Parts: sequence; structure tokens; C-alpha cells
Amino acid sequence: MKYLSLVVANLKRHKLRSILTIASVALALFLFASLRSVTTTMAAAAQFGGARRLVTLNATGLVFPLPLAYGNRIKALPGVTGLSWANWFGGRYGDGKNFFANFAVDAQSYLDIYPEIILPADQKQAFLQDRTGAVIGERLVSQFGWKLGQDVTLQGTIFQGDWTFKIDGIYHPTDPAIGDNVLIFHHDYFDERIGRAGIAGWYIVQIDDPAHAPTVAKAIDDMFRNSSSPTKTGTEREFQASFATMWGNVSFLMSTIGLAVVFAILLVTANAMMMSARERTGEIAVLKTVGFSDGLLFALVMVEAGALALTGAAIGLGAAKILYPAINFNGAGFLPGFKVATSTLVIGALVAIGLMLASGLVPALRAARLPVIQALRKVE
Amino acid sequence: MALVEIRDVYKSFQREEQRIDVFTGLTLDIDAGSFTALMGPSGSGKSTLLNLMAGLDKPTSGTVTVAGSQVSTMSPGQLAAWRSRNIGFVFQSFNLLPVLTAYQNVELPLLLTRLSGSERAERVKIALDVVGLADRAGHYPRQLSGGQEQRTAIARAIVADPTLMLLDEPTGQLDAKSSQEVLALLQRLNNEFNKTIVIVTHDAHAAERAKTILHLEKGDLIEKPRMAAVGR
Repeated sequence: MKYLSLVVANLKRHKLRSILTIASVALALFLFASLRSVTTTMAAAAQFGGARRLVTLNATGLVFPLPLAYGNRIKALPGVTGLSWANWFGGRYGDGKNFFANFAVDAQSYLDIYPEIILPADQKQAFLQDRTGAVIGERLVSQFGWKLGQDVTLQGTIFQGDWTFKIDGIYHPTDPAIGDNVLIFHHDYFDERIGRAGIAGWYIVQIDDPAHAPTVAKAIDDMFRNSSSPTKTGTEREFQASFATMWGNVSFLMSTIGLAVVFAILLVTANAMMMSARERTGEIAVLKTVGFSDGLLFALVMVEAGALALTGAAIGLGAAKILYPAINFNGAGFLPGFKVATSTLVIGALVAIGLMLASGLVPALRAARLPVIQALRKVE
Repeated sequence: MALVEIRDVYKSFQREEQRIDVFTGLTLDIDAGSFTALMGPSGSGKSTLLNLMAGLDKPTSGTVTVAGSQVSTMSPGQLAAWRSRNIGFVFQSFNLLPVLTAYQNVELPLLLTRLSGSERAERVKIALDVVGLADRAGHYPRQLSGGQEQRTAIARAIVADPTLMLLDEPTGQLDAKSSQEVLALLQRLNNEFNKTIVIVTHDAHAAERAKTILHLEKGDLIEKPRMAAVGR
């Protein structure tokens, strides 16, 4: 502690340089934490899924629907205890700049199968009894200022026309991967408006035992193998993971950019530390003359580098941890449950320690190895 | 027994392909409590001799012993610890740390001791009192005159109560008035506090303040000291 004044005085020698160095480290680690949080949030979303839920899609691809008639046949299979279905609607609100997901769902069965969607009983009842009603996530309330009982009109992008819904309920998700910015409405109303096409985007199949998942999935796919719309059934987790793998290259890109930013900042910090040490060649020689040992001078320079790197890291990582929850960030709806994970903070702190070592080592070694006589000759 | 014993010291430097012999068998004793001035032209080896006594440099051969410790055989780590206890060094260009106040500059050698904060504060106050700068403790070097800077450097040199004070051209960058103040201070430290002082100087007036004057010429002591020291 008694050397603290010496360290602080040296950091205050060029205040602007120290501030800019700390700011650059803070920015780098803020970006690192943000980019890594995108990938961890996506990975967490891929882990979402009840062990007792399967998802059945059209084997050709997600954009191709399945006949509604499949429902009863799936429900009749052994091991199936519940069934629901949904359709991606793709409606937009206002100028469409604020994207949010909206689905047509079979309301009663959907809410039964997803206990993660918490809806007050009276609102649930109102929704079930209102064919043109909708339920919205709580984020949409703060985002658009919508209220219970209010009519909202979406413009259909896939299914043309204006679609007006009355807000009957506001839900709160117990799992962030569900997303709190989704609007769901009745599939029956949807089907009627599109001329009773009788289609479902995907089925959600509840099974009696997670151990039966492969058997039930095979049974479903075998049942429709030779039909006009063959199916592909998997666990809900596999379904989510398939979305995450679509982002695979993005994750790689995020990680690469994050590392590149940190490396660039490392060079800036190292340069600042080297300049600082070079400017003080004479002073270091004087300290050696006074009796400061090589080891002590090495430690003091490392502490300076550490103070810059760790202060910057604390600001950058702290800002990321505080800022995103404060602004309720969810990546325009694409990153529900976005948060800076503890693992990201730990890795960020390790990066800061690495930064300290990499930027401080060379100047610290130079200070420790400085030949006093030659250095004094330069200043005298 | 002398405080500083230099025995048959050879010191040479290699400059490109040329070997420069600074000392060729120098022997010298400096007694405790003495005030010695080292004079001589540039390149005569005055500063090299000072550096050898401070343990900042090592002889090519021979021994340098200060207060019973053979400096010439110590490791860098041992030398650093030894210097912090035994040597007070003052430079021609003061060499105060610009980012530290006069108080903090003087405190530097005490940071290497086990003294508590209050004990350090007491010693710094005494040292600044001795050099007449108690009222400038909070000033940075840029806020001090040249003479005040050098007196602060002297306070830094005496604060840990070293065995030996070594001063390299301490008045070289000072005006006449400041030089006289610094030299009077050194005399006082020698007379009142019995400090052993070795000063390198070009200035004959400064040297007159010393009890012993040694002249170095191409590494040889060409004039015998008036007192204690014995040159080869």
C-alpha cells in the first residue's frame, strides 16, 4: 500500500493518456462482452425446450406447412398426451420498424403445453372466449404502450390485409427463451381468414415420458413418410438448436470480431505503457540508485499496467452488465433473454489480466533490467 | 579503520574496439566523518569512482569496501538493499521525480524500510527541516527553484540516515547564491551531524569547503590528500 502514491502519481503523469487508455480497454471489453453475450444468448435459446415436448415440421423445410388433418392422427399415437399447433404469421405493426414475433396458435392446447407462459386466469378465460383476441408479452406493453382491451391492427405480410385483434391478456414468461415480445392469437380465426386452408406451420407434441421421444418421433415420421407432406420430428431442443445453427457463422464472426477488437486494444495499451516506461528511463535509474530493487520496479510497472487494464475492464464489463438489463435489450426481438452471463464476465476479467501481462511485461522487464550507469549518463 | 577502502582497483571500459583504462590499481581510504572533494578534468574518473563507491558500477578487478561490506562482490539484489541503507546519492541535475511532491520525493528511500507511515512522516519532516524546506513539502519540483530542488535532493539523500553521502557535481546547475547555500548545508551536515561526504566537483570554491581534496588525473590521484585519504 505504501507504494500506492507512487503508482497513482505515475498514472496521473499524463492524465489524458491514462484516461484514453482506460477508455479504450473499457470499450474493447464492453464490445467483447456484448458480442459474446449474443452467442451465449443464442446458445441458451438452443438449450430451451421441455424434455416432454417434440416438434413436428414439414420435412422439406420450416416454410412449408403441414395439413391440419395430421393433428388427430398424431394425437392418437401411443405415448402422445397432448398436441398443439402454430403458424408463423409475420404481421407488422405501424411502420414495421419495431419487429416482434406473432403466431397463430391453437389457444387452449398451446397454453396447456407451455406452462412457461404465465397468464392471469381471468385474462386467459377472456382470450379463450374471444375469437379475435390476442395475448401479448409484457415487453410489447412498454414498447408500444398497449393496454388490456385495446384493439391493435397488424398488417399481414405473408397473409395480406389488416388484422385487428383485441388485447385480452398480457403474459410473463418464466423462461427468457420464450421471449416476452410475442403476440399470439387464435389459429381458428387465422384459418377462417385465409379461407380454411387447413394448415399448421408446426405441431408441438407432448409425450408421456422423455425416454419415449425417439420412438414417438419415429412413429410420427413413419406415419407420414409416403404422404404429400412428409414430416420431420425432433425434440424441442433440437428444433431450437436448428435455429442456432443457422446463426453458426454469425457466432464465429462475433467471436472473431471480439478477439480482433481486444487484440487491437492490446496494441494500443502496450504502446501507451512502453511510451510511459521509455519516458521514465532516468527516473527508474534514480529509483535504482535510491535502492529500489529490480524486482520491486518490475512489480510497480506491472501494477501500473494492471491498474489501467483492470480499471478499464471493470468499467467495460460493468457497463455491459448494467446497461443491457436497464434498457431491456433483446436485439429487436431476435435475442430474447439477452444477458451478459457470469462466464462472460469471468472470461472478460481473464482477458484483462492477459492484457495487463501482455502490455506490462515488456516495459516492466525493461525497467528491471535497465543498466543504471548508462541510464544516468543520459539524464545527467 | 577507514569507512571506504578502495584496494588496487582496475576499471576499464570497452568503447567499440578500443579499451579505455580509467583506473589502474587505485587505492584510497576515506575515513568516517570526513568531507572529501574529488576534483579533476573531465574523463579523469571522478564520477566512475563515485559510482564504484555507491555500488552502481563494479571494478574490473580489485575491491571496494564500504562500512565493512565488500560492495564489489555483491549481487544486484544485495546491492539495491545495501544502497538503500548505506548510500545517499545526490545528482548534478537534482533528479527529483516530477510527479511527486517534495515530501513524496524525500520519502522515497523510506518506502524501502519497515517504518510505519507516521514514522516516515516524522523523518521526512526532520529532513526537510534540516534543509530548510519544511514549508515546501507539498510543492512539486516545477514549483521549486534550482537551489530548493537540490536541497530537496539532499533531504532525500539524508532521510534514511545513510552511512555515506555521495554528491556528483551538486552545484553544477546552480547560481552562486544557491551554490553557497547548498555547500553551507553540506558543511553543516558534516560538522553537526558527522555525515561522511564525498563530493565530485569542478568548482575550486566548492572543493574548498571540504576537509580533504583529492585530484584525479587520468585515473591517478596526483595530489595527496590534506587529511585522512591515502592516494597511490
